[in-house]
Amino acid sequence: MKVGVVTFPGSLDDRDALRAIKLAGGTPVALWHGDHDLQGVDALVLPGGFSYGDYLRCGAIAAHSPIMSEVIDAAQRGMPVLGICNGFQMLVESGLLPGGLIRNDHGDFICRDQKLRVDNISTPWTSGYREGEEITIPLKNGEGGFIADDETLKRIEGENLVTFRYSGVNPNGSLHDIAGLRNEAGNVVGLMPHPEHAVEPGFGPDTSIAMKSGTEGLTMFESVVGTVVNA
Amino acid sequence: MATIVIEVMPKKELLDPAGKAVLGALHRQEVQDFHEVRIGKRFELHVEGEVTEAHLATARTLAEDLLSNGVIEDVVSIRTEDSPA
Repeated sequence: MKVGVVTFPGSLDDRDALRAIKLAGGTPVALWHGDHDLQGVDALVLPGGFSYGDYLRCGAIAAHSPIMSEVIDAAQRGMPVLGICNGFQMLVESGLLPGGLIRNDHGDFICRDQKLRVDNISTPWTSGYREGEEITIPLKNGEGGFIADDETLKRIEGENLVTFRYSGVNPNGSLHDIAGLRNEAGNVVGLMPHPEHAVEPGFGPDTSIAMKSGTEGLTMFESVVGTVVNA
Repeated sequence: MATIVIEVMPKKELLDPAGKAVLGALHRQEVQDFHEVRIGKRFELHVEGEVTEAHLATARTLAEDLLSNGVIEDVVSIRTEDSPA
Protein backbone atom coordinates (compact mmCIF):
# COMPACT_ATOMS: atom_id res chain seq x y z
CA MET A 1 0.00 0.00 0.00
CA LYS A 2 1.68 3.19 -1.24
CA VAL A 3 0.55 6.31 0.58
CA GLY A 4 1.71 9.67 -0.75
CA VAL A 5 2.31 12.77 1.35
CA VAL A 6 2.39 16.08 -0.52
CA THR A 7 4.93 18.66 0.61
CA PHE A 8 3.94 22.29 0.01
CA PRO A 9 6.08 25.37 0.69
CA GLY A 10 5.57 25.78 4.45
CA SER A 11 4.46 22.21 5.23
CA LEU A 12 5.75 21.14 8.65
CA ASP A 13 4.37 17.70 9.37
CA ASP A 14 5.01 15.99 6.06
CA ARG A 15 7.88 13.93 7.44
CA ASP A 16 5.88 12.96 10.53
CA ALA A 17 3.10 11.76 8.22
CA LEU A 18 5.57 9.76 6.11
CA ARG A 19 6.92 8.15 9.28
CA ALA A 20 3.39 7.38 10.54
CA ILE A 21 2.64 5.55 7.28
CA LYS A 22 5.82 3.52 7.64
CA LEU A 23 5.05 2.66 11.28
CA ALA A 24 1.59 1.56 10.18
CA GLY A 25 3.14 -0.88 7.72
CA GLY A 26 2.59 1.13 4.54
CA THR A 27 5.02 2.41 1.94
CA PRO A 28 5.38 6.18 2.26
CA VAL A 29 5.93 8.19 -0.92
CA ALA A 30 7.03 11.83 -0.76
CA LEU A 31 5.20 13.97 -3.32
CA TRP A 32 5.88 17.57 -4.36
CA HIS A 33 3.28 20.33 -4.77
CA GLY A 34 4.79 21.59 -8.02
CA ASP A 35 4.52 18.25 -9.85
CA HIS A 36 1.61 16.82 -11.77
CA ASP A 37 2.49 13.27 -10.69
CA LEU A 38 1.00 11.15 -7.89
CA GLN A 39 3.63 8.42 -8.55
CA GLY A 40 1.06 5.64 -8.55
CA VAL A 41 0.09 5.96 -4.88
CA ASP A 42 -3.03 4.23 -3.50
CA ALA A 43 -3.88 6.92 -0.93
CA LEU A 44 -2.88 10.51 -0.14
CA VAL A 45 -2.17 12.66 2.90
CA LEU A 46 -2.18 16.47 2.79
CA PRO A 47 -0.07 17.31 5.83
CA GLY A 48 -0.15 20.02 8.46
CA GLY A 49 1.90 23.18 8.50
CA PHE A 50 1.57 26.76 7.33
CA SER A 51 1.67 26.53 3.54
CA TYR A 52 2.51 29.91 2.01
CA GLY A 53 2.69 31.38 5.51
CA ASP A 54 -1.12 31.17 5.76
CA TYR A 55 -1.21 34.17 3.40
CA LEU A 56 -4.57 35.01 1.79
CA ARG A 57 -6.40 32.31 3.80
CA CYS A 58 -5.06 29.14 5.42
CA GLY A 59 -4.61 26.52 2.71
CA ALA A 60 -6.02 28.75 -0.05
CA ILE A 61 -2.88 29.18 -2.15
CA ALA A 62 -1.84 25.54 -1.69
CA ALA A 63 -5.32 24.47 -2.83
CA HIS A 64 -4.41 25.95 -6.23
CA SER A 65 -1.03 24.14 -6.46
CA PRO A 66 -0.23 22.20 -9.64
CA ILE A 67 -0.53 18.78 -7.93
CA MET A 68 -3.97 19.65 -6.55
CA SER A 69 -5.59 19.07 -9.94
CA GLU A 70 -4.42 15.44 -9.71
CA VAL A 71 -5.36 15.25 -6.01
CA ILE A 72 -8.89 16.55 -6.68
CA ASP A 73 -9.28 14.22 -9.63
CA ALA A 74 -8.10 11.20 -7.58
CA ALA A 75 -10.36 12.17 -4.67
CA GLN A 76 -13.36 12.38 -6.99
CA ARG A 77 -12.51 8.93 -8.37
CA GLY A 78 -12.55 7.54 -4.80
CA MET A 79 -8.91 7.50 -3.70
CA PRO A 80 -8.58 7.77 0.10
CA VAL A 81 -7.40 11.30 0.95
CA LEU A 82 -6.67 12.54 4.48
CA GLY A 83 -6.16 16.24 5.21
CA ILE A 84 -4.59 17.05 8.56
CA CYS A 85 -4.81 20.61 9.96
CA ASN A 86 -3.48 22.75 7.08
CA GLY A 87 -4.38 19.80 4.83
CA PHE A 88 -7.98 19.97 6.14
CA GLN A 89 -7.96 23.69 5.34
CA MET A 90 -6.84 22.84 1.77
CA LEU A 91 -9.69 20.32 1.43
CA VAL A 92 -12.34 22.89 2.37
CA GLU A 93 -10.66 25.54 0.19
CA SER A 94 -10.67 23.17 -2.78
CA GLY A 95 -14.32 22.30 -2.19
CA LEU A 96 -13.70 18.60 -1.49
CA LEU A 97 -15.19 19.04 1.98
CA PRO A 98 -17.98 21.43 3.02
CA GLY A 99 -17.72 24.43 5.35
CA GLY A 100 -14.79 26.63 6.27
CA LEU A 101 -12.16 27.14 8.97
CA ILE A 102 -11.68 30.47 10.66
CA ARG A 103 -9.56 31.89 13.46
CA ASN A 104 -10.14 30.27 16.86
CA ASP A 105 -12.96 32.13 18.64
CA HIS A 106 -10.72 33.09 21.59
CA GLY A 107 -8.05 34.43 19.21
CA ASP A 108 -5.21 32.33 20.63
CA PHE A 109 -3.08 29.68 19.03
CA ILE A 110 -3.75 26.47 20.89
CA CYS A 111 -1.52 23.45 21.46
CA ARG A 112 -2.84 20.63 23.62
CA ASP A 113 -3.54 16.92 23.77
CA GLN A 114 -7.15 16.83 22.62
CA LYS A 115 -9.79 14.23 23.30
CA LEU A 116 -11.96 13.35 20.28
CA ARG A 117 -14.90 11.08 19.71
CA VAL A 118 -14.82 8.98 16.54
CA ASP A 119 -18.32 9.53 15.16
CA ASN A 120 -18.07 7.80 11.82
CA ILE A 121 -16.06 4.67 11.08
CA SER A 122 -17.34 4.26 7.50
CA THR A 123 -14.19 5.74 5.96
CA PRO A 124 -10.91 4.14 4.91
CA TRP A 125 -9.19 6.28 7.58
CA THR A 126 -11.40 5.41 10.54
CA SER A 127 -12.47 1.81 9.87
CA GLY A 128 -10.06 0.53 12.54
CA TYR A 129 -11.72 2.50 15.34
CA ARG A 130 -14.90 1.57 17.17
CA GLU A 131 -17.93 3.81 16.64
CA GLY A 132 -17.98 6.33 19.49
CA GLU A 133 -14.43 5.47 20.60
CA GLU A 134 -12.62 8.28 22.41
CA ILE A 135 -9.06 8.97 21.37
CA THR A 136 -6.50 11.58 22.39
CA ILE A 137 -4.17 13.15 19.82
CA PRO A 138 -2.38 16.51 19.69
CA LEU A 139 -4.10 19.65 18.42
CA LYS A 140 -2.10 22.73 17.41
CA ASN A 141 -3.57 25.56 15.38
CA GLY A 142 -4.66 29.17 15.33
CA GLU A 143 -7.41 28.84 12.73
CA GLY A 144 -9.33 25.69 13.51
CA GLY A 145 -12.81 27.04 14.08
CA PHE A 146 -15.13 25.02 11.85
CA ILE A 147 -18.06 26.98 10.44
CA ALA A 148 -20.80 26.40 7.89
CA ASP A 149 -24.19 27.96 7.23
CA ASP A 150 -27.27 26.38 8.80
CA GLU A 151 -28.29 24.53 5.67
CA THR A 152 -24.82 23.01 5.21
CA LEU A 153 -24.64 22.06 8.90
CA LYS A 154 -28.00 20.35 8.61
CA ARG A 155 -26.76 18.39 5.61
CA ILE A 156 -23.48 17.49 7.38
CA GLU A 157 -25.38 16.12 10.37
CA GLY A 158 -28.16 14.54 8.28
CA GLU A 159 -25.69 12.62 6.13
CA ASN A 160 -23.50 11.66 9.11
CA LEU A 161 -20.46 13.41 7.66
CA VAL A 162 -19.04 14.35 11.08
CA THR A 163 -16.14 11.97 11.55
CA PHE A 164 -14.52 13.40 14.69
CA ARG A 165 -16.03 15.58 17.40
CA TYR A 166 -14.18 17.42 20.17
CA SER A 167 -14.87 15.75 23.49
CA GLY A 168 -14.58 17.38 26.92
CA VAL A 169 -13.45 20.76 25.61
CA ASN A 170 -14.27 22.57 22.38
CA PRO A 171 -10.87 24.22 21.87
CA ASN A 172 -11.70 26.73 19.14
CA GLY A 173 -15.41 27.46 18.86
CA SER A 174 -16.07 24.92 16.10
CA LEU A 175 -19.81 24.62 15.42
CA HIS A 176 -21.33 21.36 16.70
CA ASP A 177 -17.88 20.52 18.20
CA ILE A 178 -16.80 19.40 14.72
CA ALA A 179 -13.13 18.39 14.65
CA GLY A 180 -13.18 16.41 11.41
CA LEU A 181 -15.41 15.59 8.46
CA ARG A 182 -15.76 13.16 5.59
CA ASN A 183 -17.23 13.66 2.14
CA GLU A 184 -20.42 11.93 0.99
CA ALA A 185 -18.48 9.05 -0.57
CA GLY A 186 -16.41 8.68 2.61
CA ASN A 187 -13.00 8.50 0.94
CA VAL A 188 -12.01 12.08 1.79
CA VAL A 189 -11.50 12.91 5.47
CA GLY A 190 -10.16 16.11 7.03
CA LEU A 191 -9.47 16.95 10.66
CA MET A 192 -7.72 19.71 12.60
CA PRO A 193 -5.96 17.53 15.25
CA HIS A 194 -2.81 15.57 14.36
CA PRO A 195 -2.97 11.76 14.29
CA GLU A 196 0.60 11.61 12.91
CA HIS A 197 1.89 12.99 16.24
CA ALA A 198 0.42 10.06 18.19
CA VAL A 199 1.91 7.01 16.50
CA GLU A 200 4.99 6.04 18.50
CA PRO A 201 5.44 5.46 22.26
CA GLY A 202 7.68 8.16 23.74
CA PHE A 203 6.53 10.84 21.31
CA GLY A 204 2.75 10.96 21.72
CA PRO A 205 0.30 12.45 24.21
CA ASP A 206 0.46 11.51 27.88
CA THR A 207 -1.73 8.60 28.95
CA SER A 208 -2.77 7.27 32.34
CA ILE A 209 -0.13 4.55 31.90
CA ALA A 210 2.93 6.62 31.03
CA MET A 211 4.06 10.03 29.80
CA LYS A 212 4.01 10.50 26.02
CA SER A 213 2.91 6.92 25.45
CA GLY A 214 -0.26 7.71 23.46
CA THR A 215 -0.45 6.15 20.01
CA GLU A 216 -4.14 6.48 19.22
CA GLY A 217 -3.44 8.28 15.93
CA LEU A 218 -1.72 5.22 14.45
CA THR A 219 -5.05 3.48 13.84
CA MET A 220 -5.90 6.12 11.21
CA PHE A 221 -2.89 5.10 9.12
CA GLU A 222 -3.31 1.38 9.88
CA SER A 223 -6.94 1.67 8.75
CA VAL A 224 -5.98 2.86 5.28
CA VAL A 225 -2.98 0.55 4.98
CA GLY A 226 -5.14 -2.37 6.09
CA THR A 227 -2.99 -3.50 8.97
CA VAL A 228 -5.37 -2.91 11.87
CA VAL A 229 -4.96 -5.75 14.33
CA ASN A 230 -7.01 -4.57 17.31
CA ALA A 231 -10.32 -4.01 15.52
CA MET B 1 -1.26 53.40 -14.35
CA ALA B 2 -4.55 52.42 -12.81
CA THR B 3 -5.60 50.08 -10.04
CA ILE B 4 -8.49 47.75 -9.46
CA VAL B 5 -9.31 47.65 -5.76
CA ILE B 6 -11.08 44.60 -4.34
CA GLU B 7 -12.34 44.60 -0.78
CA VAL B 8 -13.21 41.42 1.09
CA MET B 9 -14.80 41.23 4.55
CA PRO B 10 -15.54 38.33 6.88
CA LYS B 11 -19.24 37.47 6.73
CA LYS B 12 -21.33 39.59 9.09
CA GLU B 13 -22.79 36.65 10.98
CA LEU B 14 -19.35 35.23 11.75
CA LEU B 15 -17.28 36.14 14.73
CA ASP B 16 -14.19 38.12 13.68
CA PRO B 17 -11.71 37.32 16.47
CA ALA B 18 -9.06 39.68 15.04
CA GLY B 19 -11.52 42.57 15.01
CA LYS B 20 -12.63 41.62 18.51
CA ALA B 21 -9.01 41.75 19.73
CA VAL B 22 -8.61 45.26 18.27
CA LEU B 23 -11.85 46.35 19.92
CA GLY B 24 -10.43 45.09 23.23
CA ALA B 25 -7.30 47.21 22.67
CA LEU B 26 -9.46 50.29 21.98
CA HIS B 27 -11.35 49.75 25.21
CA ARG B 28 -8.11 49.34 27.14
CA GLN B 29 -7.04 52.73 25.71
CA GLU B 30 -10.34 54.07 26.97
CA VAL B 31 -11.72 54.67 23.49
CA GLN B 32 -15.37 53.83 24.09
CA ASP B 33 -16.94 55.38 20.96
CA PHE B 34 -17.01 52.19 18.90
CA HIS B 35 -18.88 49.05 19.75
CA GLU B 36 -17.48 46.85 16.99
CA VAL B 37 -14.35 46.54 14.84
CA ARG B 38 -14.16 44.24 11.85
CA ILE B 39 -11.03 43.53 9.84
CA GLY B 40 -11.13 42.76 6.13
CA LYS B 41 -8.72 42.72 3.22
CA ARG B 42 -7.97 45.15 0.42
CA PHE B 43 -6.37 43.82 -2.75
CA GLU B 44 -4.84 46.18 -5.33
CA LEU B 45 -4.42 44.86 -8.85
CA HIS B 46 -2.19 47.26 -10.75
CA VAL B 47 -2.63 47.66 -14.48
CA GLU B 48 -0.29 49.25 -17.02
CA GLY B 49 -2.38 51.88 -18.81
CA GLU B 50 -6.16 51.94 -18.71
CA VAL B 51 -8.38 49.48 -16.87
CA THR B 52 -10.48 47.74 -19.50
CA GLU B 53 -13.75 45.85 -19.15
CA ALA B 54 -11.69 42.67 -19.71
CA HIS B 55 -9.48 43.54 -16.71
CA LEU B 56 -12.56 44.08 -14.59
CA ALA B 57 -14.11 40.81 -15.72
CA THR B 58 -10.93 38.94 -14.77
CA ALA B 59 -10.83 40.79 -11.43
CA ARG B 60 -14.44 39.79 -10.67
CA THR B 61 -13.70 36.14 -11.40
CA LEU B 62 -10.51 36.26 -9.30
CA ALA B 63 -12.34 37.96 -6.45
CA GLU B 64 -14.86 35.12 -6.25
CA ASP B 65 -12.58 32.16 -7.04
CA LEU B 66 -9.32 32.94 -5.29
CA LEU B 67 -9.22 36.21 -3.36
CA SER B 68 -12.27 35.36 -1.26
CA ASN B 69 -13.89 32.20 0.08
CA GLY B 70 -17.66 32.53 -0.16
CA VAL B 71 -18.16 30.23 2.83
CA ILE B 72 -16.55 32.67 5.24
CA GLU B 73 -16.18 35.99 3.37
CA ASP B 74 -18.02 38.45 1.13
CA VAL B 75 -16.59 40.53 -1.70
CA VAL B 76 -17.94 43.96 -0.73
CA SER B 77 -16.42 46.14 -3.46
CA ILE B 78 -14.64 45.96 -6.81
CA ARG B 79 -13.74 49.36 -8.25
CA THR B 80 -11.15 51.23 -10.27
CA GLU B 81 -8.86 53.84 -8.79
CA ASP B 82 -6.15 55.96 -10.37
CA SER B 83 -2.79 54.96 -8.94
CA PRO B 84 -0.99 57.74 -7.13
CA ALA B 85 2.01 58.92 -9.16
